[in-house]
Amino acid sequence: MPKDHGIGASDKRREDVRFLTGKGRYTDDINLPGQAYVAFLRSDVAHGKLNNVDTAAASGMPGVLRIFTGADFEGVGGLPCGWQVTDRHGNVMQEPGHPVLAQGKVRHVGDPIAAVVAETYEQARDAAEAISLDIDELPAVVDMKEAVKDGAPKVHDDLTSNLCYDWGFVEDNREAVDQAIKNAAHVTTLELTNQRLVANPMEPRVAVGDYAAHDDSSTLYTTSQNPHVIRLLMGAFVLGIPEHKLRVVAPDVGGGFGTKIFHYAEEAFCTFAAKQLKRAVKWTATRSEAFMSDAHGRDHVTKIELALDKDGMFQALRTETYANMGAYLSTFAPSVPTWLHGTLMAGNYKTPLIYVNVKAVFTNTVPVDAYRGAGRPEATFQLERVIDKAARELGVDPIELRRKNFITEFPYATPVAVEYDTGNYNATMDKLIEIADFAGFDARRAESEKRGKLRGLGVNCYIEACGIAPSQLVGQLGARAGLYESATVRVNATGGLVVMTGSHSHGQGHETTFPQVIAEMIGIDANMVEIVHGDTANTPMGMGTYGSRSLAVGGSAMVRATEKIIAKAKKIAAHLMEASEGDIELKEGKFSVAGTDKSVAWGDVCLAAYVPHNYPLDQIEPGLEETSFYDPSNFTYPAGAYACEVEVDPDTGKVTIERFAAADDFGNIVNPMIVSGQVHGGLAQGIGQALLEGCSYDENGQLISASYMDYAMPRASDVPFYTVDHSCQTPCTHNPLGVKGCGEAGAIGSPPAVVNAVVDALQRAGKSNVTHIDMPLSPARVWAAMQG
Amino acid sequence: MYAFEIDRPTTLAAAVEAMGAEEAQALGGGQTLIPTLKQRLASPARLVSLAGIAELQGVCKDDAGRVCIGSATTHATVAKEAAGDYPALAALAGGIGDPAVRNRGTIGGSLANNDPAACYPSAALASGATIVTNTREIAADDFFDGMFTTALEEGEIITEVKFPVPEKANYQKFEQPASRFALTGVFVAKYADGVRVAVTGASEDGVFRWTEAEEALSANFSPDAVAGLSVSADDMIADLHGTKEYRAHLVNVLTRRAVAAA
Repeated sequence: MPKDHGIGASDKRREDVRFLTGKGRYTDDINLPGQAYVAFLRSDVAHGKLNNVDTAAASGMPGVLRIFTGADFEGVGGLPCGWQVTDRHGNVMQEPGHPVLAQGKVRHVGDPIAAVVAETYEQARDAAEAISLDIDELPAVVDMKEAVKDGAPKVHDDLTSNLCYDWGFVEDNREAVDQAIKNAAHVTTLELTNQRLVANPMEPRVAVGDYAAHDDSSTLYTTSQNPHVIRLLMGAFVLGIPEHKLRVVAPDVGGGFGTKIFHYAEEAFCTFAAKQLKRAVKWTATRSEAFMSDAHGRDHVTKIELALDKDGMFQALRTETYANMGAYLSTFAPSVPTWLHGTLMAGNYKTPLIYVNVKAVFTNTVPVDAYRGAGRPEATFQLERVIDKAARELGVDPIELRRKNFITEFPYATPVAVEYDTGNYNATMDKLIEIADFAGFDARRAESEKRGKLRGLGVNCYIEACGIAPSQLVGQLGARAGLYESATVRVNATGGLVVMTGSHSHGQGHETTFPQVIAEMIGIDANMVEIVHGDTANTPMGMGTYGSRSLAVGGSAMVRATEKIIAKAKKIAAHLMEASEGDIELKEGKFSVAGTDKSVAWGDVCLAAYVPHNYPLDQIEPGLEETSFYDPSNFTYPAGAYACEVEVDPDTGKVTIERFAAADDFGNIVNPMIVSGQVHGGLAQGIGQALLEGCSYDENGQLISASYMDYAMPRASDVPFYTVDHSCQTPCTHNPLGVKGCGEAGAIGSPPAVVNAVVDALQRAGKSNVTHIDMPLSPARVWAAMQG
Repeated sequence: MYAFEIDRPTTLAAAVEAMGAEEAQALGGGQTLIPTLKQRLASPARLVSLAGIAELQGVCKDDAGRVCIGSATTHATVAKEAAGDYPALAALAGGIGDPAVRNRGTIGGSLANNDPAACYPSAALASGATIVTNTREIAADDFFDGMFTTALEEGEIITEVKFPVPEKANYQKFEQPASRFALTGVFVAKYADGVRVAVTGASEDGVFRWTEAEEALSANFSPDAVAGLSVSADDMIADLHGTKEYRAHLVNVLTRRAVAAA
C-alpha cells in the first residue's frame, strides 16, 4: 500500500500552487526603487583584436547614466574557475583570464564588450548600438582537432596553445590497457560525437544588483542554483566584497539544468555597477543572449575501444576524448570531462582495465560546462553504444552481453577510482524486460512493417555518481570548494518548523519533499514544516543544488539537524514527565515514557523550550534550533536499465519514439510522484538530445542555431507516454535516508537507448552498414545514413 | 524594438492612403514582422495595421464557385470556414504554426511575405489562385518572384485571394524540426483541365511548380505516376536541417503522399 503521508507518500507539490497561478516570484519580478537597466554590447565576431571602444556619442544619448568597458574592470578580478585539473604529466591545466568585460580581445560571438546603464532598457539598448567598435577580426578556431594543431590561431595569446589539459586516467593503467587491447580476441571501435547543447531553461538569466550606502552593503538577486557559491566566488575573487557585506538571493528559479550553477559576468557587472552608480541595476537576458552567453553543455568528440575475450567478457576499455571548453573556463568546466566522466567509464560492468584520455580544448565558442548529467551522459553514451556495437559484431544478444559483464558484488571498487556502495543491475534489467513488454516486440514490429515503417528496440544500462561529494576527495581532485550541505532546523514555540537549507529548489520540489522527511521523523503533519532556501541572509553556507545532490546531501544535513532537535526535545520531555531521558520515545508527534501511559505532546515540549518556566536550565539552553553540515563519505550511485522502441519512416528518415521504459534504482524514495516527474523531465531532455537538439557553429565561429527557428527543443508531441518504475531499491549505504538522487538519470540513460533503437531498426531492415549515427538523429541524417 | 508610428485604418481606402506615407509598412497578423521588429532587424517608421478592416475579413464563395478569402482572415478562420468547400486548403491553414500563430497570422500577410518555407504560397500556386489587390488582380503564376519577393508594388495591399476549387487536393508538409515551418511541403490539386503541383520549403527560388509531375499526374493521377520522377537538387536549399539532395528526395515522397491522400 502506498503511504499517504511522510516518506513514501506522493504528496502534491505545494509550490505548484503559486507557480501555476502566476504567484511565483522570479528574479525578473523584482523591481527596486530607482532601478536602472543595463544592455550589453556583445561581440558579433568570434575572434578579434579589440583596438578601441568609442563610447563618446553613446554617452550623450537620452537616459544614459554610464557606459562601462573592459577598462573599468582593470582593477577588478576576473571570473574564477572552481576546479583545477592536473594533466597526465603532472602539470596543472592552462587557466586563462576571464574578464567581466572584454579586454584587448573578443573570443566568441556573444563575448560582452561594453555595458550601458540607462534609465530604461530601450535607452540602454539604443546607446549600446551607438557605441563604435574598432575590431581587427582574427581567424577563429572552432574545430577542436584543428585548434590543437601547431600554428592554429590561439584563443588566448598568453597561453602556450589551445590545449587546456591532456588528462590521463588512470595513467598507471595506460600500458596495461594498450597491451590488453593488442592481445584481445575482439576489439570493437566506435568514433562518435556527443554534440553541443544549449540548456534553455524556461526562465532566462536575470541579475539585479543593489547597493545600500547606509551600511556599504551589496545585494545581488540572481537566477542561480547556488547563491552561497555565487557570493563566495563573486565576493572573494571578482569584486573584493566580504561576505558580511554581500547578500545573494536566488528566489524562484525557472529551471537550471546546470547552466545556472556558474558565476557569470552579468552578475558581477550588475553588483559592481550598482555600487558605482548608487542605484539598483537590472539585466534580463533576451533568449538570443541566452543562446550566446549561457554556458553550453556536452561537446565531446570521442574514440572508444572495447576489448573482449572469446567468451564476450570485457577485458579493457580505452577512450580518447576531445572536450570543448569554449573560449574561457566556466566555473566548473574542467571537472566535467574528467572527474565527472572518466570515473564513470566502468559503467555497470566489471571491466578490469580502463584508460581514459581527455584533451580539453579552447575554441572561439561559448564556454561549455555542466548540463544535466554533466560528464556522465557522455560516459554512458559512448560505453553503451560500443557495447551495443560489440554485441552486433559478435552476434550475441546485447542484453546477455551486458548481463554477463555486470558487477554483482558490492561494494565494488572500479579501476577508475570510485567505489560503488550498492546496486543490483540484474534486478533493474529484469524489471525493464517486464515493464517494456519485450515479449510483445515482434508483434508490434510486424504491425509497423504493415504500415511501411521500420521498428527497432534499443536497450542500455547506466550508472551515475550523484550526491556530490566527499569534500576531501574532491579537494584532492582539484576542486576549489567543499561539497557538503547545510541545514538549520528552527522549531517555533508552538511547534511548527522552518528548515533553512543550503540546497536550492528550481523545479525539484524541495518545499514538498523535505517536509515529508521531517514529518516522518517527528510524526507530525508535513504542513507544519516550511522550507526556506535561496537567500544567503537567512540560510547557512551551503553549496546548492546540482548533480542530483539535494536529498542525498542537503536532506542528510536536515536529518542530522532534526536528530539533534529530537535529542534535545527528549531531554525536555524527560524533565516535564520526571522520567529518565533514556525511556523517552517519540511517536506520532508525542513523547511518552516507555512502559507507562505518561505522555507529552510535541507542541508542549516546543513551548517549554521557549517558555522555560519548568525547564532543566542547569543542563540545557532554552530554544529548539539546530544546524548541521553534512559531508558525505562517498558518492551515491543510482543505476538503471532503459528501453526505447522507435519507428523509422524509411522514405523520410523521421524517427518517432513509440515506447520508452525506464527501470531505475534510486534507493529509498521520499515522494514517488516527484521522482517520476524528475525521470520524465530527464527523459524528455535525453530524447531531445538524441533526436532534436544540436548547437552549431560555422567555420568562422558564427552561431548558426541561435534561436528556436534552428535549435530544436523537444515538444510534448515528440515524446511518448513513459513507463517508469523505481521499485528496484538498493538503499544507499552511507547516508541516513538511503537515498541516491534522481534528477539527472533520465537525461543520462536515454540517449543511447534511442540511438541503439534506431540502429536496430535499420539493421533489421538490412542496412547492416549502419553501425552508428551521430546525434541529433534528425530525419535528414537518418535518411542519409540509409542511403550509404 | 525601435519606436514607430502606427495607423489602424478601418477601411481599405484609409489603409491605401496611409500606405502612401514615407517608409510605411503594412502589418497583417504580425507573426513574422513583430518578431523581426523585436529583434531590431527592421525599423519601419510607420506601420499600417490591416487587422481592423472589416472588408478584408472572411471566407465566401463567388459566382464562379471560387473560395474567396479576405486578406486579413486568420489561418484559424480559414481552417474553420473553408473546411466544407476546400478541405485541403482548410487543413493547410489548420497546420500552420501553433494556435497563437493561427489566430493572429493572416493569409494576406503570408502571401505578401512569401517566406520560402511558408505553407500558403504552395496552396495559392497549386490552385491557380488569383491574388486581388487594391489596384489589380494577379495570377498566382505571376505573383511569386523568388524568396521574400512578390509582384506587389510599393504600397499595394492584397485584399482577397480567390481559389478555384479542385476535384481533389492535398497538402503534405514535412516539418523542419525546430521551426516547424515546411522543410519541404507539396500541394497537389487536381482540376478538370489538369493537375497542378506546387512545392514550398525546398527551393532557393521559393515556391515553384513541379511541371514534370503535373504532366505525369494529369495523365495518371496515382502515386506510381511520379515514382520514377525526380526534381533537380541544384537549386534546393541546403542548411542545418537537410541537404539539397534530401529536399529533392522529399519533394518526390511528399508528392506521392499528397496524391495518395487527395
